Amino acid sequence: MPDSPAIAHGAPEAAHHEHPPYLRHHFENVEQQADAAGFAMWLFLLTEVMFFGGLFTAYLIYRNWYYRAFVSGSHQLNVYWGTLNTLVLIISSFTMAMGVWCAETRRKSGLVLCLILTFILGLGFLGIKSIEYSEKIEKHHVPGLHYSLQSFLDPDSDAAAKAAGDKPLPLDLARHTEVYFSLYFLMTGMHALHMIIGIGILGFMILRARAGAYTAGHVTFVENFGLYWHFVDIIWIYLFALLYLISRH
Amino acid sequence: MSATIVSLPDQSTARVPKVNYLTKENGLLSWLLTGDHKRIAILYLISLSFFFFIGGALAGLIRLELLTPQTDLMATDTYNKVFTMHGVIMVFFFLVPSVPATLGNFLIPLMIGAKDLALPKINLLSWYLYMAGGLLALYTMMTGGVDTGWTFTTPLSTHYVNTSVLTTGLAVFVAGFSSIFTGLNFIVTIHKMRAPGMTWFRLPLFVWAHYAASILMVLATPVVAIAIVLVALERTIGIGVFDPTKGGDPILFQHLFWFYSHPAVYIMILPGMGVISETISTFSRKRVFGYTAVAFSSVAIAVFGFFVWAHHMFIMGISNYAVLVFSLLTMLVAVPSAIKIFNWTFTLYKGSITFETPMLYTFGFMGLFTIGGLTGVFLGTSGTDIHLTETYFIVAHFHFVMVGGMLMAFLAGIHFWWPKMTGRMYPEKISQLAAVVTFIGFNFTFFPQFILGTLGMPRRYASYPPEFQILNVFSTAGASILGVGYLLPVLYLTWSLKYGAVAGNNPWQATGLEWQIQSPPLTENFTETPIMDHEAYDYEWLENQNKENRNKERQKEKEVTSAG
Repeated sequence: MPDSPAIAHGAPEAAHHEHPPYLRHHFENVEQQADAAGFAMWLFLLTEVMFFGGLFTAYLIYRNWYYRAFVSGSHQLNVYWGTLNTLVLIISSFTMAMGVWCAETRRKSGLVLCLILTFILGLGFLGIKSIEYSEKIEKHHVPGLHYSLQSFLDPDSDAAAKAAGDKPLPLDLARHTEVYFSLYFLMTGMHALHMIIGIGILGFMILRARAGAYTAGHVTFVENFGLYWHFVDIIWIYLFALLYLISRH
Repeated sequence: MSATIVSLPDQSTARVPKVNYLTKENGLLSWLLTGDHKRIAILYLISLSFFFFIGGALAGLIRLELLTPQTDLMATDTYNKVFTMHGVIMVFFFLVPSVPATLGNFLIPLMIGAKDLALPKINLLSWYLYMAGGLLALYTMMTGGVDTGWTFTTPLSTHYVNTSVLTTGLAVFVAGFSSIFTGLNFIVTIHKMRAPGMTWFRLPLFVWAHYAASILMVLATPVVAIAIVLVALERTIGIGVFDPTKGGDPILFQHLFWFYSHPAVYIMILPGMGVISETISTFSRKRVFGYTAVAFSSVAIAVFGFFVWAHHMFIMGISNYAVLVFSLLTMLVAVPSAIKIFNWTFTLYKGSITFETPMLYTFGFMGLFTIGGLTGVFLGTSGTDIHLTETYFIVAHFHFVMVGGMLMAFLAGIHFWWPKMTGRMYPEKISQLAAVVTFIGFNFTFFPQFILGTLGMPRRYASYPPEFQILNVFSTAGASILGVGYLLPVLYLTWSLKYGAVAGNNPWQATGLEWQIQSPPLTENFTETPIMDHEAYDYEWLENQNKENRNKERQKEKEVTSAG
């Protein structure tokens, strides 16, 4: 009868008793499991690159078409807040990297401290971002029904535009600043959304870390979250250069 | 017809194994919370079929309306909603997930000798996202629908229509993540979970095809996601990225949308091509001719597929030079598809061909896909495209590829692996009939549309000049035959769950690892990790294995008798 388990078999898995509790049933060993999870995370970040890639493409095209409008638009951003936020994020990346190191070397209190610091820095970033957003709302620079061209048609009436020495834009060009602010809010908004999700996961991780979950040898989750956090930071560094520093080179 | 290769166990003694992935646990919760790739595949199969029949019913309505030149069955805006929902449901909730989410989910771990996909929870999550998206789309359809066409073209979708663009967009967005997670899971699994000895060039071509399709899912889907977010924000807040009055450009939407939606065509067809490679080898008893070429042509389709999207936009105001370049690239993408068709044909040469149902569907695929693919070259030529685009020629072309190609491959695959999935055979004669009915119905439905298109009948209108009626009547009549062809499998496959012949491990005498274990498989797939010690499609190896096993059995019998 042809029906048969007709295949060469390897040695039956002998080492059942040596499996650590966090090894999932369908993996051969811990290395394979960690490898697969890390690879999956990199692929996920690749999808994120493509996701932001659509926005960067739009930015590239419109910045080339409406360069003057984009310069005037960027003069409305507060470079000091932006720089401070860049610093905050870079420091948070450092604390996160230290957190991964603490998990790998099984330092529980160090890990908890690093995660809490990262959490606070993340919140700090969002706080500063909300100050910036409220400035835009006050000046009616949010695209949509209430969008105001005042700062671009008459730069002398606007402190930021005046300080940057902007010349008045013709009406059609001034209207294109709305494209700039559309992209500004989209890109920074998407970035902030990623920060909020990250901070939520950090909160969960702090609780688990205090229970000692990541300092018993199973550090995949911390490592992969670290990758995510650094990725979100890198996106910000691009955004900072592209949105804030258009005319400052 | 030549002799059959089906080898079933002795039906008087054979039983479907008591312990298998279907019987391991019982109750609805054991299904809804499962991490088993095979159970998730079954969940997908049931829900996909459900959405397929809703999409099919909408297609029926379209054909009924087009039976007469006047708009008599429904108002024109209802017609717009009907064809839009037909497109949305068929593309995003049937074609994109069809083969990968059902057969791919079920078979990839079995074929590479793994116990499960690398990320079982993500796999289940992808089904929930799919269901959430699908139900939201259905809800939208019942509470008003959307009438932009499945392409959500701006500024129509952002400024001019009052229908539910937002909820439909959200549904597609959510379903997109389901597709991303499926693709991601496949790539990780194929890289990291292969059994010892299962090198890249010993993988079944089904796995190669899914690997290529997964690359497309992972890289292209996020782009349509962001495009939909932009449409939604433009519609609600009024941002200015696509709005020409503010300096935005609607063409940018077209670029972002087709950057996904063209590769999506290959997301749909590549897994189908994987199925065809398996069936054609099994039913000709030969290794697939030019294995390496077929494997790399999948990857080549995935790569080229990313650089042809603008051929959807030849009449939308892109520059003539862009038209030239994209026209050339479109011709190039036909090459790897042709490589596959030629290699499959050479596989048939001097093979011992038998005509079981999966093979009939396979032949259907090869004929119809070739016509669909070649008419694609007409459309890739910018001169003819300007005449033919937005006519029924386009409709016929992509239905030949999607329905004639993909759906045929899906049915070939479902029949081919049905014994593995359920442990029972489908009834052969009636299913052969269904395959033939589908083929005839399909040609009756869609071939007249090529002629209608060349005569100039535009797509997306509820009425047409009376001189087009004869061909439209042909098409509608064909659609009703096609409908029978699709209903039959549902009936006899359901019947076979209880009354089908017991299939045994390897009814087709196929070589894949999935055929060397019991059907239906155990939850853990393999009791011991298999070691792959031969090439893919090695029928000599299979024969030797069978011989060895017969000898072993004989020896056992001898021992028993001598001991007695």
